[in-house]
Amino acid sequence: MGLELYLDLLSQPCRALYIFARSNNIPFEFKHVELMKGQHRTEEFQKVNSLMKVPALKDGSFTLAESIAILLYLARKFKTPDHWYPSDLQKRARVDEYLSWQHANIRGKGSKVFLTKVLLPLLTGQPLPPEKLEGITEELNVVLKQFEDKFLQDKPFIAGSEVSLADLVALVELMQPVAAGYDLFEDRPKLAEWRRRVEEVVGKQLFQEAHEGIFNIKNLTADKIAPELREHFKHQLLKQAS
Amino acid sequence: SSGQHRTEEFQKVNSLMKVPALKDGSFTLAESIAILLYLARKFKTPDHWYPSDLQKRARVDEYLSWQHANIRGKGSKVFLTKVLLPLLTGQPLPPEKLEGITEELNVVLKQFEDKFLQDKPFIAGSEVSLADLVALVELMQPVAAGYDLFEDRPKLAEWRRRVEEAVGKQLFQEAHEGIFNIKNLTADKIAPELREHFKHQLLKQ
Repeated sequence: MGLELYLDLLSQPCRALYIFARSNNIPFEFKHVELMKGQHRTEEFQKVNSLMKVPALKDGSFTLAESIAILLYLARKFKTPDHWYPSDLQKRARVDEYLSWQHANIRGKGSKVFLTKVLLPLLTGQPLPPEKLEGITEELNVVLKQFEDKFLQDKPFIAGSEVSLADLVALVELMQPVAAGYDLFEDRPKLAEWRRRVEEVVGKQLFQEAHEGIFNIKNLTADKIAPELREHFKHQLLKQAS
Repeated sequence: SSGQHRTEEFQKVNSLMKVPALKDGSFTLAESIAILLYLARKFKTPDHWYPSDLQKRARVDEYLSWQHANIRGKGSKVFLTKVLLPLLTGQPLPPEKLEGITEELNVVLKQFEDKFLQDKPFIAGSEVSLADLVALVELMQPVAAGYDLFEDRPKLAEWRRRVEEAVGKQLFQEAHEGIFNIKNLTADKIAPELREHFKHQLLKQ
């Protein structure tokens, strides 16, 4: 049994992993865990990841959760080109710095915009109060400015002249609010340029393929979400959106 | 509490206006995880801190990633809510609210014990690593706020003893002197220009 990656491409961290593995020709078996069907909460999947989250990795008897940990594990095990996680001390530190900061910031706020714009109205049957969405979008705008001013600056990529895990992780997260209808690249030419560069390096076709599902998310209707999940999701989202 | 993280001078070190930050010659770095890894590599600290073994290292990375939104997130929330918020608003927090926030911490504590620690002496296995250190300092925050989370958790208390011993009890105590005196913090000790800013931030959380 070879390497297994448990993924749902609706999830940003899953897309980072999928794109990284495919882009580097890392052989793996794609194990689809459909979040909307609640497959992440089955007893079977809990044996792979007791935290009931995707992505997850299974390599022989070794299981691993957390996309950042899995990306680093794959980069090391399969000795991917140095630029993905540079051996240079300072460049590597720049990648680590972004990968740490992004949890509560780009990932946190980007997810919140998506969940609030798309999932919450679906589950509650009511649109979100405009001031609430405005506030949440503003939080994302604040971290986008920090991203451009501190992490990107005038460099082609976060670590410098070459793409790294930091750029890939950043970009898949930004696609989530975009898929929800917030075109954050529209008035941000520097960011749009950076996006083009990252897509080119990993391969435009692969990038598009990985994002097919999330770009169709507007077609998601409440009945496509497993009934037993709806209350659970709703409860979680109301806590997050507050 | 003096607002020194928001000065122009400190912003040259870290424009995100947060501590910790590192300055090594002209090289500046934010984010404690990044700084810890930088120091471990630059100063070639003993292997167990960030094991070269692929799977052990993955276990450390896994915890360091998960903790942001979980142990760190919920532990901070308990501390800020119990200590800072009443101080800044002048009103005690509604008990049900504090109960809810404490329950969120209890959930992740269970995940920590069941998944990350299990029956091992440390997160990565038989030796202490960055994961244990990062975990323990975060847990001291709600403890300093008055929530003795180690009290009914003997396995966790044992692990804490082991980590303190590995780093040195005296050093650990010295590092926590300030936070353990946090009950002496009064509103007037917080720089006036900061009070509104903190209050606004805390109410959002």
